[in-house]
Amino acid sequence: MPAVPTSTPTPGSTPTPGPADRSRPAVSVENVYKVFGRRPVKAVQRLTEGASRDDVKNLGTAAVIDASFEVAQGEIFVVMGLSGSGKSTLIRMLNGLWKPTAGHVRIGDDDLSTVDAKRLRALRRTRVSMVFQHFALLPHRTVLDNAAYPLEIQGMPREQRIAKATEALEMVGLGGWADSLPSQLSGGMRQRVGLARALAADTDVLLMDEAFSALDPLIRREMQEQLLELQRTLHKTIIFITHDLNEAMHLGDRIAVMRDGRIVQIGTSEEILSEPANDYVAQFVADVDRTRVLTAQSVMVPPADGTTYSATSDDSQYVEQDTPLAELFAPAAESAAPLEVHDDAGDLVGVIPRDALLEAMVPGTEPETTTEAPGSDARGAMGAPPTDEPALPGPATTKGATA
Amino acid sequence: MITATATTAGQSVLAAADDTGTFVPRLPFGDWVESAVDWVTTTFDAVFDVVKAILEGAFDGLEWALQTPPFIVVALVLALLAALAAGWKLGVGSLVGFAVIAGMDQWDNAMASLTLVIIASAIALLIAIPVGIWTARNDHASRLVRPVLDFMQTMPAFVYLLPAVVIFLTGAVPGIVATVIFALAPGVRFTELGIRQVDAEIVEAGHAFGSTRGRILRQIQLPLAMPTIMAGVNQVIMLSLSMVVIAGMVGAPGLGQPVVESLSRIDVALGFEGGFSVVILAIFLDRVTSALAKRSPVAKALATASA
Ligand SMILES: Nc1ncnc2c1ncn2[C@@H]1O[C@H](COP(=O)(O)OP(=O)(O)OP(=O)(O)O)[C@@H](O)[C@H]1O
Ligand SMILES: Nc1ncnc2c1ncn2[C@@H]1O[C@H](COP(=O)(O)OP(=O)(O)OP(=O)(O)O)[C@@H](O)[C@H]1O
Ligand SMILES: [Mg+2]
Ligand SMILES: [Mg+2]
Repeated sequence: MPAVPTSTPTPGSTPTPGPADRSRPAVSVENVYKVFGRRPVKAVQRLTEGASRDDVKNLGTAAVIDASFEVAQGEIFVVMGLSGSGKSTLIRMLNGLWKPTAGHVRIGDDDLSTVDAKRLRALRRTRVSMVFQHFALLPHRTVLDNAAYPLEIQGMPREQRIAKATEALEMVGLGGWADSLPSQLSGGMRQRVGLARALAADTDVLLMDEAFSALDPLIRREMQEQLLELQRTLHKTIIFITHDLNEAMHLGDRIAVMRDGRIVQIGTSEEILSEPANDYVAQFVADVDRTRVLTAQSVMVPPADGTTYSATSDDSQYVEQDTPLAELFAPAAESAAPLEVHDDAGDLVGVIPRDALLEAMVPGTEPETTTEAPGSDARGAMGAPPTDEPALPGPATTKGATA
Repeated sequence: MITATATTAGQSVLAAADDTGTFVPRLPFGDWVESAVDWVTTTFDAVFDVVKAILEGAFDGLEWALQTPPFIVVALVLALLAALAAGWKLGVGSLVGFAVIAGMDQWDNAMASLTLVIIASAIALLIAIPVGIWTARNDHASRLVRPVLDFMQTMPAFVYLLPAVVIFLTGAVPGIVATVIFALAPGVRFTELGIRQVDAEIVEAGHAFGSTRGRILRQIQLPLAMPTIMAGVNQVIMLSLSMVVIAGMVGAPGLGQPVVESLSRIDVALGFEGGFSVVILAIFLDRVTSALAKRSPVAKALATASA
């Protein structure tokens, strides 16, 4: 283990059980290193002795240093970190596009460092698909043929794969663009073609490298919900890279924070927010828009007995229980009646009166900085933790994302 | 006449053999090459006979097909091809150009040259494209082949004629062989460049979804490299054509004949008639091949990308 104290995960922050099945990891990464350059093996040796990325500069670029984690079947695992911290390098090793300089990556029971080329192709066809940071669409193929590409490689008959690819395109809102070429689309649309392609492949593990970075806030939100839906219904395992903390908090069952090639902390969004492993992580999450981490569920109050709110007005306003606070203001402003909160089945589970919403925005009087992780129990109205941030959220844009 | 050229060259080498005028001893480099060529000639005699027979057959067959029908038929067919590839304007232009060639009484020579260009380019590409693919996918191969290509490209074209003549004697065959060697390099280079230029992430996408290397080559690398490869094809054809005149010196039939003849007789009129025919043929081939390159579906798709 490295001797640099700031780089070691705190003991308390290592794997905590999430909603996913932790007994059968879908992906496991064990002491993985990736060094580019002239003398990678020597560099790894120095790194294991505790050298930092800068120390081994003359031997090569240490893109990933001693990464270890397991991602459970059905989990969304988010990787965050500044530009150049090694996120893309890490994700590329998860499907064997790049070979680790040292360490092991396993997909299910297959160790990628020992499988032969044929088995590796089979894994990529059936187990792992990928959304590329820079889209990597085939420029000479139509949007539909791009989305159908993985299915073509899987050997699916043409009609079947066209149907499936069309479905995937509709999922990302590009149903009408099937016959266009990628060059005729805007940046965000291209990214969605990349998404549709990975979704069409229908593998149980999805690697998503800044898959939403070029999307506008509306579509981005929609895609996030779809991803969560996919995970809930089909138990997909998702490894998701993002620069957007709020997105990370919203999507991630667990979040890994990377710095200069090392993973400095792994934990749930709650853990990362409340017990940052070091100043770097604390600074990293300082900007978190807590109104996006808190959800409707956390501020709602039980509905008054016998009242059916939806009956009182035709244009009944309701929100899902996992809607973040940030998205409650507009509907709350539109009607004087309390906002209804529905669960996934559409049943009324609570209401949010305006005053409860406003109360939630007042910097907290409670000493404990509690935050709401998706899926945890409703706690009724509570104060937001003290924060220097303005209460109202800014647009959900990427911080320093490279498109 | 050919033998005369060869002897003169041999004599000048002998004259210089005594003294290099420097401290460096005379290197018998030329002798080495000559004995190597002699050795190759005698050892692979049978092989060369077969090669010669095949090339001669191909040349005679295609030349017959182009020269036997009346001028107007062949000209119309070629103009129609041009029109199909690049529109009616080029079709009409080609027809006018062909009429000018015929008017200068060079039509038969032009068809012989066209035959030589087609056969030499086809062989050159048949060799160049696979070699280019190989060098694009294998860094060692690339490092090995590059100096060979440099050599082939910078060596004066004339020089190839000598071993070709030694091995195949006179006629169309040494012309074809020398042309193939001379025109090969850009075919390899453009193919390699085109494939290497394909965005690495797009190739990775192929790998990421489990495609085989061969399939990535067919479905991603070659289509995306096609515009560059077609530029290489165009270069190969142009270089072949530029070799036509030189091939005339070893007796290859075609537009080289009037040019070489005019040189020995200082016949300006004849020289320009032959030369101008070469120019017309060159423009025709260049426009048609570059139009074909632009018409491929991939090129069209990529063109919209940059639009
Ligand atoms: N092919 C390569 N050759 C050499 N160095 C590389 C290569 N790819 C990445 N690196 C280096 O590895 C480091 C990590 O790069 P990586 O692309 O993984 O960063 P990232 O975290 O994805 O950043 P971003 O958020 O900007 O995408 C960088 O310093 C980069 O220069
Ligand atoms: N070369 C093209 N040919 C045809 N249509 C195009 C072309 N480029 C852009 N468009 C269309 O023009 C519209 C606007 O595209 P543009 O790239 O300007 O969007 P944008 O506002 O930058 O979106 P984004 O946020 O996704 O980048 C899109 O509907 C796109 O399909
Ligand atoms: Mg990256
Ligand atoms: Mg744009």
